Amino acid sequence: MENFFTRYKNPLALMAVLFIQVVALATQVKRPEGAKPGSTGSGTRLIRVWTVTAFTPVEKMFVSTGRFFRDGWHNYADLRGARKQNTELQEEVARLQLEQVRLKQDADQARRLQVLLDFKEKFITKTVAAQVIATSGTEQSRLITIDKGSKAGIKTDMAVITPDGIVGKVKDVYSLSSQVLLINDHDSGAGVILENSRLQGIVKGTPLGELQITEGIMSDEKVEAGERVITSGGDRIYPKGYPVGTVIGATADRDSESFLVIKIKPSADLNRLEEVLVITEMSDNSHSASAGPEPMRAADILSQRLPSIPKIDPNAPKTPGGAQTGVAAPKASPTPAKVNKPVNAGTEQKAASASGSAKLPGPGSGTAQTAAAPGKTGADAKKQPSSAQTPTAQTSAAGSTETTPPKPKPTPKKVKTPAAPDSTTLDKPASAPTATATPANQTAGQEKPPR
Amino acid sequence: MNASVSLTSREEIEVHRFSWPVSIGIPVLAIFLQVFLRVRFLAVLDLPLLVTIFFAVARRRPIPGMITGALIGTLQDAWTGHPIGVFGIAKTIVGYLGSSLGVKVDVDNPGSRFLMTFAFVLIHRFVYMAISLQLVGGSEAWIWSHTLLSALVNGLAAVVLFAALDKFKLRN
Repeated sequence: MENFFTRYKNPLALMAVLFIQVVALATQVKRPEGAKPGSTGSGTRLIRVWTVTAFTPVEKMFVSTGRFFRDGWHNYADLRGARKQNTELQEEVARLQLEQVRLKQDADQARRLQVLLDFKEKFITKTVAAQVIATSGTEQSRLITIDKGSKAGIKTDMAVITPDGIVGKVKDVYSLSSQVLLINDHDSGAGVILENSRLQGIVKGTPLGELQITEGIMSDEKVEAGERVITSGGDRIYPKGYPVGTVIGATADRDSESFLVIKIKPSADLNRLEEVLVITEMSDNSHSASAGPEPMRAADILSQRLPSIPKIDPNAPKTPGGAQTGVAAPKASPTPAKVNKPVNAGTEQKAASASGSAKLPGPGSGTAQTAAAPGKTGADAKKQPSSAQTPTAQTSAAGSTETTPPKPKPTPKKVKTPAAPDSTTLDKPASAPTATATPANQTAGQEKPPR
Repeated sequence: MNASVSLTSREEIEVHRFSWPVSIGIPVLAIFLQVFLRVRFLAVLDLPLLVTIFFAVARRRPIPGMITGALIGTLQDAWTGHPIGVFGIAKTIVGYLGSSLGVKVDVDNPGSRFLMTFAFVLIHRFVYMAISLQLVGGSEAWIWSHTLLSALVNGLAAVVLFAALDKFKLRN
């Protein structure tokens, strides 16, 4: 017997090690009832926590060092073309101002309809900016690790986005870091709508990291390449109307001829993620009939749509938090909305600003309204909340961007283009600690009291 | 007459040793680089697997080889979304086979290193798929072209990497 063990020592050792690993694997696969699908046993989670915790500080250090040098170089390089870029941006701002006027009309109309229909929607109220510090390192699993964990308020199943589109959802949370499952992982999924045709489906990842809609759209439907795909909100993870990608092709499903397989190019560059936003809080806003406005007079609508000199009513009562009810005040248009760029923002917010995330968390507020939902046009843009429901976005010291009721300012600061109602200018306050997106009408303090 | 089949000379079956910092530092560095470097092309490169193969064939002892593979694979699993053990089992088998092969075949030659790594990448992928599909219940598809490309890239990388890592071998 002793001879047997001596002779077959190596194969026996191999079998023993494999047996232990298979048993450990089985305990994870066979989860206790009630456990979440992604969760693993406490013992194996410990290995994951230890490994991630041990590597995270080193990775953070490398990321920070690399970022320091890269930013230094970029700052130098950016200065060289600043004048030309400034001119281009001025033109872009002028163009966007005109576009904003059109969008505001659509949004106002949508709000009126929402009041009539008593719509309920979820709006982003709080986000946490985070840096990507690692990936899974394999093609079989598309995960990223971010440098914010439970201490920053991150929880599992929170949506992760960038200004370009959705990224994924939080899978595992540790104290100082979290792992995010990307939407192009084959275990991932999100409810989506094709923007023009309004067809609904579920987008999933493939083993090669591509995005596909494989279920829900019949093969007799017409889907054109280039059509935008946005989130439907049905999965209760991603906010509705957020960009997912664009259609690059559609073919009949090999397995089931009755369905289409639609390939999608993701809006967010999932291979080059650096900064992301985790949506830590969403609120249910409803346009209840009681809070709704009275029907507008035709004159008010006209004054809102046509260029006019701003009327300032110093006696206008300030509603709590500067909130307005229902339809946006028709006389509040001409004052520019200001997008305050953070100057004294903390490191985390700088990261958010660098990626343009300062535009993100302020749906329904001036310029941030359109930026908050870049993919929203037409019907989706119409579902943006009114300024009454979406107060000013502010960033807390922890780097999270939180919406708090805005304080209406008594007088308009800058009227750049009186001919264009709701024209937008970019302003940099001396010490704005937050990325603040202020509704145009509230900045001007021109709220029209509910009649 | 008991003649064991061996394709190596006496010198070639020398069992190499490594210092403790190298034994720990190189695998940890490989895993770190694998998860830290976010270059898409490098995703087909499996540095932890290459390190597993290198230590296994250099030590030429199956038990240390498979334990090295098991530890590296388990650490790698921690960064993935899979249950822990999928890469662990795959690399355990590769470590065992690598150290067993090191006794029989000349594995210090660049050509044999390329072929050996090419084969081990396929085996690793096969074992991974078997575990993923049969034990974990995954739904991954075997894509031949991608797998062969990965084996080719890793085989070429192994030739360069192993030559660099040879410098860490302790000579008696």
